[in-house]
Amino acid sequence: MASAGFVYRVNKENAMNQDEIRKLREIALDVRIKTINEIASFGQGHIGGSMSVVELLVYLYFHEMRIRPQEPEWIERDRLVLSKGHSGPALYAVLASKGYFEESWLSTLNKGGTRLPSHADMTKTPGIDFTAGSLGQGFSAAVGIALAQRMRKLDSYTYVVVGDGESQEGEVWEAAEAAGAWKLGNLIGFTDLNGQQLDDYTDNIIPMHDLKKRYETYGWEALEIDGHDFSAIEAAIAKAKSIKDKPVMIIMHTIKSYGYIPGEDIRANHSMQIDKSKAEEAIAALIKREEARK
Amino acid sequence: MRDTSAFQNFKDVIMAAIMDLAEEDGNVVFLDADLASCIGSTAFQERFPDRFRNVGIAEANMAAVAGGMASVGYVPFIHSFGCFASRRMYDQLFISVGYAHRCVHVIGSDPGIIAQYNGGTHMPFEDIALMRQIPGFTIYEPSDAMSMYSLIVQAYKLGKPSYLRAPRKGIIHRYGADEEIMLGKAITAREGSDITIIATGAYLVDQALKAAEALSDKGCSARVLDLHTIMPFDTEAIEKAARETGRIIVCENGRYAGGVGEMVSCHLLQSGIPVRAGFINVGDRFGEVGSLEYLASAFGFTAGDIEKKALSLL
Repeated sequence: MASAGFVYRVNKENAMNQDEIRKLREIALDVRIKTINEIASFGQGHIGGSMSVVELLVYLYFHEMRIRPQEPEWIERDRLVLSKGHSGPALYAVLASKGYFEESWLSTLNKGGTRLPSHADMTKTPGIDFTAGSLGQGFSAAVGIALAQRMRKLDSYTYVVVGDGESQEGEVWEAAEAAGAWKLGNLIGFTDLNGQQLDDYTDNIIPMHDLKKRYETYGWEALEIDGHDFSAIEAAIAKAKSIKDKPVMIIMHTIKSYGYIPGEDIRANHSMQIDKSKAEEAIAALIKREEARK
Repeated sequence: MRDTSAFQNFKDVIMAAIMDLAEEDGNVVFLDADLASCIGSTAFQERFPDRFRNVGIAEANMAAVAGGMASVGYVPFIHSFGCFASRRMYDQLFISVGYAHRCVHVIGSDPGIIAQYNGGTHMPFEDIALMRQIPGFTIYEPSDAMSMYSLIVQAYKLGKPSYLRAPRKGIIHRYGADEEIMLGKAITAREGSDITIIATGAYLVDQALKAAEALSDKGCSARVLDLHTIMPFDTEAIEKAARETGRIIVCENGRYAGGVGEMVSCHLLQSGIPVRAGFINVGDRFGEVGSLEYLASAFGFTAGDIEKKALSLL
């Protein structure tokens, strides 16, 4: 697990009990298995950044967000922009599990004519709230969505997920300074701080420095948590929602490829070749590890 | 339809059209990137303070913010100088507007040599070619006050993203209220049978008409087509002109590569209509600083240049 030193904890009323947390863990395991199979059905895909955001997406869609899977365009819904759009496979597994579309779609990932392209696309997939793929843009779009929700006097939230590598894009900081200036209290961001990007570890390319301080300088509140800990995610979002006059960035310390064990602790885990037998082995190993944890 | 005859500057026509739309449609919003006082969107800000945002000098962010707002049902008009409204926010217009199918209306002001004293860095010659690469965008460059007002309203009603090449200062009143102005349909600004001068934008349509007048003195009957809509363009009027006059000149305030001249030529080549053609554009050059008169002369945009080109084709 990611270092517990960063876990943000508050005493939250009505916090999830152990049964609820166990249930979310089971869903996360199922989503991981689906994501691995999804990528294996094509033979290759963005496994690393998909696996590192599973707990976040499961928590949001199964516990936090105000959504109607049967009515994906519902105006009052909370929205999520996956600005690191290449994590689409994990989001597709979550959306299928929530009933936005048939689970059979998952095996069509990236195949010609599919409605599940490698990068999240609002014109193709029910439940995708904004198209992403050119890094940084989803953050700006999320700022526009949060602003528009506020102008419409909706009490909905906008969640945006950005990568740490993505945070090298200048547009992330253009968007951040606008959201800070406009005091978008209905915007909650998550940085998937897994420390890796396509080519290498971020520290070997362009280091993130102190992301918390950077966001605070831009007029945000910033929190740091273990991004694989459901209780920590819950507490951080509760804290974020108590802050009405500022956007909040939740910096999630995560492990890239977490749960696809062959990709953990290696450098080249951004996009990996995964065939059916590799997937079966990896899923068996993951289930064994999860059993041992219980 | 509003009477536009009293307007002294194009920017006032542009803002009047958008504010009239905003009056009717509560979803119309305006975003500017620290050039609000240049286009006059400050008037929109005063009238609809809750529907205006100055996003600061961050054009790329502005474009994708607009895409996000459009996904919640707003209809954003966004403005910057044409160089920034195309080049600087291009990927955002491509992905977060075009590819995402969000309806955002982009105003790129001071097209081509109209940028004058802001010089080469601010002189968009390439915006037509760039914007033509994004499927679904309407691209237009009206040549007078009435058509400016009318075409902005029509582009809005189409419900698709659009890019407006917009002069700000000065005005031309060419068309009356009885003129049929339709997005996608070229206006025959002058009839003629020996050659057709196809022109886009206020300055070049004006020069084309002056050239036609001078040619008429020399016994040459020149037709002038005001091709205000660049995408989708009026293939019918162009084919008719090629068939009836056999010679065309395409005038545009921009580069040859990917521009209007290439577009028209390509269409005529496919249609198989034999035609002699000449082109007025900046060729393969960057912009530079200077007065409109100096730049028109330096880039070969004057009525005299058009006349000379026409005579060479006769």
